[in-house]
Amino acid sequence: MFILDTITHRLKRGCETMAYPQGPAPVLPDRHGGALKVDASLCADSCTACVPVCPTEAVIRQAGKPVSLDLGRCIFCAACVKACPTKAITQTGDHRMAVRRREDLMLGAPGEEELRLAKALDAKLRKLFGRSLRLRQVSAGGCAACEADTNVLGTIGWDLGRFGIQFVASPRHADGLLITGPVTKNMELALRKTYDAVPEPKIVIAVGACAIAGGPFVGHAEVNNGADSLLPVDLYIPGCPPHPLTILEGLLRLLDRLDK
Amino acid sequence: MSASTPFALLPNASSLPWAEIPCWAVDDFIAATAEELSRGARLGSFFGMPEGRGMCLVAVLAFDADNTLAVGRSHSFSGHFPSLTIHHPQAHLFEREIWEQLALTPVGHPWLKPVRKGRDGAPVNGEFFRVDGREVHEVAVGPVHAGIIEPGHFRFQCAGEEVLHLEIALGYQHRGMEEALAGGPHRATHSQMETVSGDATVAHATAYATVLESLAGKEAPLRAQWLRGIALELERLANHTGDIGALAGDVGFLPSNAACGKIRGDFLNLTATICGNRFGRGLMIAGGCGHDLESERATKLRDSLKISMADVEQAGAWFWDAASVRARFEGTGIVFPAQAVEIGMVGPAARACGLVRDVRYDHPAGWFRFAQLPVAVWPSGDVFARARVRSLEIQRSGDFLLEQLTTPPDGPVCEGLPGLAPETLAVTLVEGWRGEVCHVAVTDDSGRFRRYKITDPSFHNWTGLALSLRGTAISDFPICNKSFNLSYCGSDL
Repeated sequence: MFILDTITHRLKRGCETMAYPQGPAPVLPDRHGGALKVDASLCADSCTACVPVCPTEAVIRQAGKPVSLDLGRCIFCAACVKACPTKAITQTGDHRMAVRRREDLMLGAPGEEELRLAKALDAKLRKLFGRSLRLRQVSAGGCAACEADTNVLGTIGWDLGRFGIQFVASPRHADGLLITGPVTKNMELALRKTYDAVPEPKIVIAVGACAIAGGPFVGHAEVNNGADSLLPVDLYIPGCPPHPLTILEGLLRLLDRLDK
Repeated sequence: MSASTPFALLPNASSLPWAEIPCWAVDDFIAATAEELSRGARLGSFFGMPEGRGMCLVAVLAFDADNTLAVGRSHSFSGHFPSLTIHHPQAHLFEREIWEQLALTPVGHPWLKPVRKGRDGAPVNGEFFRVDGREVHEVAVGPVHAGIIEPGHFRFQCAGEEVLHLEIALGYQHRGMEEALAGGPHRATHSQMETVSGDATVAHATAYATVLESLAGKEAPLRAQWLRGIALELERLANHTGDIGALAGDVGFLPSNAACGKIRGDFLNLTATICGNRFGRGLMIAGGCGHDLESERATKLRDSLKISMADVEQAGAWFWDAASVRARFEGTGIVFPAQAVEIGMVGPAARACGLVRDVRYDHPAGWFRFAQLPVAVWPSGDVFARARVRSLEIQRSGDFLLEQLTTPPDGPVCEGLPGLAPETLAVTLVEGWRGEVCHVAVTDDSGRFRRYKITDPSFHNWTGLALSLRGTAISDFPICNKSFNLSYCGSDL
């Protein structure tokens, strides 16, 4: 009976993998808020209401200059959104946040109100990795949240394997690293060794506020402020932690696997 | 037994002026602590801090049967103190930590080595315990592991397949959490508390918020306590379900593995319907909750929860019906009850050794004073028991939530807090999904943190994992490890 029960139940459930990216993306929770947008032209003169409320000092405003928000450091608590009297900082509800260059996460300058989404790898790397990307995950001070939301991509709902992306158990088998955590001083050696063990050409993906800029631990003597203080990073995926959809979108964007 | 203790008694989630904490010369303090531990008290936290011209030690004891905590401290001293570990192994990691942080030597400690101090890009692991013999070989695993998991180093001493001894060396995740808390709360403190152990955000953030509230002398509104209770049980559901799935995966039982991976995400999404974040970030704040669970939202959440509970019950039924799964779990990775008591284990791992140890029951605070859950206990101490306790807790947390969601108390979810009391010690225990999360704060004369001590349940339980491997085949390490599923960063801080 046991086998029969299992099969019946399994059939009843049907295919549980989401339609995305062919179909619509799953809806983010209504209180998620998505990426932030900064329209510094709305800022009142010398208003700095958003600055002291930011836990990671991602928002700064120097005298006489427009406000600047670093989405790499941002943990998306939206304290600045609530504090802003003129709605200069707003939530867009957009899950797409992955960028190729660190400066593409800096918001506030004219023409840079929103982040500049990642472009795909160049043709040569796309040919190599586009249909088969093997990643080694290194948690270097990660709190297990970025790790959990990366791990979830392997479950039947997201089924990362259908894109040819897989997490492997050895750096020798990998095409790149996916790093979480601020890169603690105590993981520096292990991270370098892992990176060195990955054969060329290789890519590095930094997931979460910690791996991008140190997150809530920025400035601590015990951490490096993110992965790019040690290694060249090819893709930054902001969030604390990023929603699994944000991570998946970033990976697909990098591989040019999203429908135009 | 607590009635006759010379330690100062205090209930969970409360505070006490520093001057009212009984104080002994260090030798007498250690003797008094040892006496209480011999009488059945448990070491909730044990730490040192600067005091006067030297350092002092503080012990927070839990008298579980009497539903009370107790606290005592030593006079200022420097140099060394007699080790508690010799007679009470539950102190061993605390004493290593005190030695590392404050250069106070526990004289007689049998295995004094660093906990998380680093040098040249890696923790100073020191010498590992070695078993000698021609047939003995050593296996080193980590720090980077095969899956998507935090780093740590495991050193096995094996004779053939059999593990004679496992030593666990951590510290790779050390982010300077406690160092940064001195002089706090700071701007980043709240988000740091949410990431002490990111999959136990609700437990740690609740403990932190409660510590601040007891220092300020003002409880969070009832509705916030209700919502925190809901979030805590949702966190337990998500993680226990993930663990059942991972255990199923490790014994090659894929139907439950696949189903639980998905259902875990469904539970996380329920937390996200409350606050937008799957881990509950931003929900627990000092003075209450950052979001409300309005009745419409609560109804929606309850409906989704019903579906997920039916799913998880089905996935669990496949699992427990399969003789191949049961046979693989039974008798694997046993921790005996006496060992569990001796090393001070907590949480589901302790309950799987037959110990009735649950903060929600022993030291209820917040909403758990008004709404109770039965304690899930299983006696066999093996992987089977640890999986079984999780399964039982999934059922009970589910029932609890379905009931509580229909009866919210009215009122606000957040009220401002007055300033923190100066020269005061506050303690909060929260039963996170891994077990007892303990936060202790001591304030200075201006109400800032002189010392903030965080004890994650993993800090108590890593030794349990090491013991569970003794005499087991090394190939059983993955299921033993999953059956504990401890936090690296919660330990490394």
